[in-house]
Amino acid sequence: MNFLSYNAQWVLLSTLLLGMAAGVVGVLSYWKRQSLMSDTLSHAALPGVVLGFIAVGTKQLPAMLIGAAISALIGAWLVLWIRSSSRVKEDAAMGIVLSVFFGLGIMLLTYANRMPGGGQSGLDNFIFGQAASMVRSDVMLLTILAISVIFLVYLFFKEWKLALFDPSYAQGLGLSVKSMNILYTSLLVLVIVIGIQAVGVILIAALMIIPAVSARYWTDSFGRMLVLSAIFGGGAGVCGTLLSTLGKGWPTGPFIVVAAAAMFVISLLLGTSKGLLVILYQRKRAQLKRQNTILAEQAVEGGRG
Amino acid sequence: MSYTAWILLAASLVGVSCGLVGVLLILRRMAMMADAISHTVLLGIVVAYLVTLQLSGIHMFIGAVVAGLLTAVLVQWFHQLGVQQEASIGIVFTTLFAIGVILIATKAGNAHLDVQHSLMGEITFIPWNKVLLPLVGEVPKAVVSLVIVLIVILTVLLLFYKEWKLTSFDAVFAASIGIPVTLMHYVFMSLVSITSVAAFDAVGAILVIAMLITPASAAYLWTDKLSIMLVLSSIFGIISAFSGYYMAVLLDTSISGAMALATGIIFLISFIGAPRHGVIAKHRRGHAKSTATIN
Repeated sequence: MNFLSYNAQWVLLSTLLLGMAAGVVGVLSYWKRQSLMSDTLSHAALPGVVLGFIAVGTKQLPAMLIGAAISALIGAWLVLWIRSSSRVKEDAAMGIVLSVFFGLGIMLLTYANRMPGGGQSGLDNFIFGQAASMVRSDVMLLTILAISVIFLVYLFFKEWKLALFDPSYAQGLGLSVKSMNILYTSLLVLVIVIGIQAVGVILIAALMIIPAVSARYWTDSFGRMLVLSAIFGGGAGVCGTLLSTLGKGWPTGPFIVVAAAAMFVISLLLGTSKGLLVILYQRKRAQLKRQNTILAEQAVEGGRG
Repeated sequence: MSYTAWILLAASLVGVSCGLVGVLLILRRMAMMADAISHTVLLGIVVAYLVTLQLSGIHMFIGAVVAGLLTAVLVQWFHQLGVQQEASIGIVFTTLFAIGVILIATKAGNAHLDVQHSLMGEITFIPWNKVLLPLVGEVPKAVVSLVIVLIVILTVLLLFYKEWKLTSFDAVFAASIGIPVTLMHYVFMSLVSITSVAAFDAVGAILVIAMLITPASAAYLWTDKLSIMLVLSSIFGIISAFSGYYMAVLLDTSISGAMALATGIIFLISFIGAPRHGVIAKHRRGHAKSTATIN
């Protein structure tokens, strides 16, 4: 057990912040009804990661992250373009971009793994995530990026609320919906870029979808939902990372997802706002009330008769 | 048959099966459901393997169909509990897929079953793993299961052609004249699952999605008729298989990755050049009658 070593503490901190960043951006996606867009863009990031590696020749995280961001943005733009200028629907457009970009990524990956030093570069870790493979400088970079994502959501809290729930009023106030959309897409891409090393391109979407939906079961307020989703996401990040250190070479991503899913199940059952038990209780009470009124009415009727 | 011919045959069979199922997926607007199911069949395969300790065809099929149906049922259930459809798909498939990957990493990891393989497939191994069939001779196992799946798909599709057409284009009307829409939904989900698992073994999860969604979307841009769309989509699937294979050989890279890219190129050509729904055609029409808005 060496997971509390100095380096591991840093890794834990970065997955905590990653989970929080994914959690808050996930709430924005939830209300934009674009949960699966994150899945599409994270798959679309793969060719960029590998191209970044090929361009530099060694595993330099910044180059790979820039590559990831560019190819995810191209993916986002393609989905938008296909949807807006053909009869192909959004879900099909996302499926196309997701699978074709990922296919291209795999082609490039096969090529890169044959390059000198490519086989040992741990490029495959970007598919399922390997938090332990991060070094200090990576952790620093990712931590800074995650904090800036959280800060940007916090800073524009009022604007998000308006743009998401009352876009026409927001426009009336002179808030540009287009620039909010650009900011949103950039945040989405940033979270993906931060997450690919720890969680991997396939499962990072889960970290943006599951905490937000779980938070929805506890509250109706946008602000509280952001906070809760950040807590759930951060918690999943930490729990998953710790779990994956229990075995040698276990991938981090799947454990983070399962931790998040456990929180979802708990929220689904016990959530105070829309949880199953609460709904069941309310239904029972309503039923009891109805029965009581019927009984009372019958009693009154009986008294008359 | 030669080594290359078997690979091309297997990939073409994947192309046709996926092309047919994909058309219905596109029309029913369930493309992301295919994404989900092609991931969750992994869990079905792993569990089937852990229970029976063998990787034989029939166990894998049962496991995959159960996993596929479980996905469909869970998505539906969460949706009824108030989770948005998209989010519900996202939760279910990432979780089931993650469990599958964890099981492989911790329990089932061996030479027969690894994550890399399940994502990208190992089409190059297909010709090596043969069974002896009466009359036909030695045939790769994967080809046999792909042929069976294709026959099942064609049978179900043609027997209930009218019903598929109605439920895909106008589910409300179909329900009103007594077609069991829900039953057909789950039958369809089973079809997607068996297609995924047959193709999964040959080409991996990602190419399954590419083959399911992309050729059908391309065909959707060329025609409005269901029958023509089915034929076109299958042809696009076969073309992708062939061009992808030769592209991969030429560049010495992943075959399934190249096939996925090939479907993308066919879609791009259709997206730009298709006669009525392509970008160029729309642009021209936009110039011809500048006031009319299309769409």
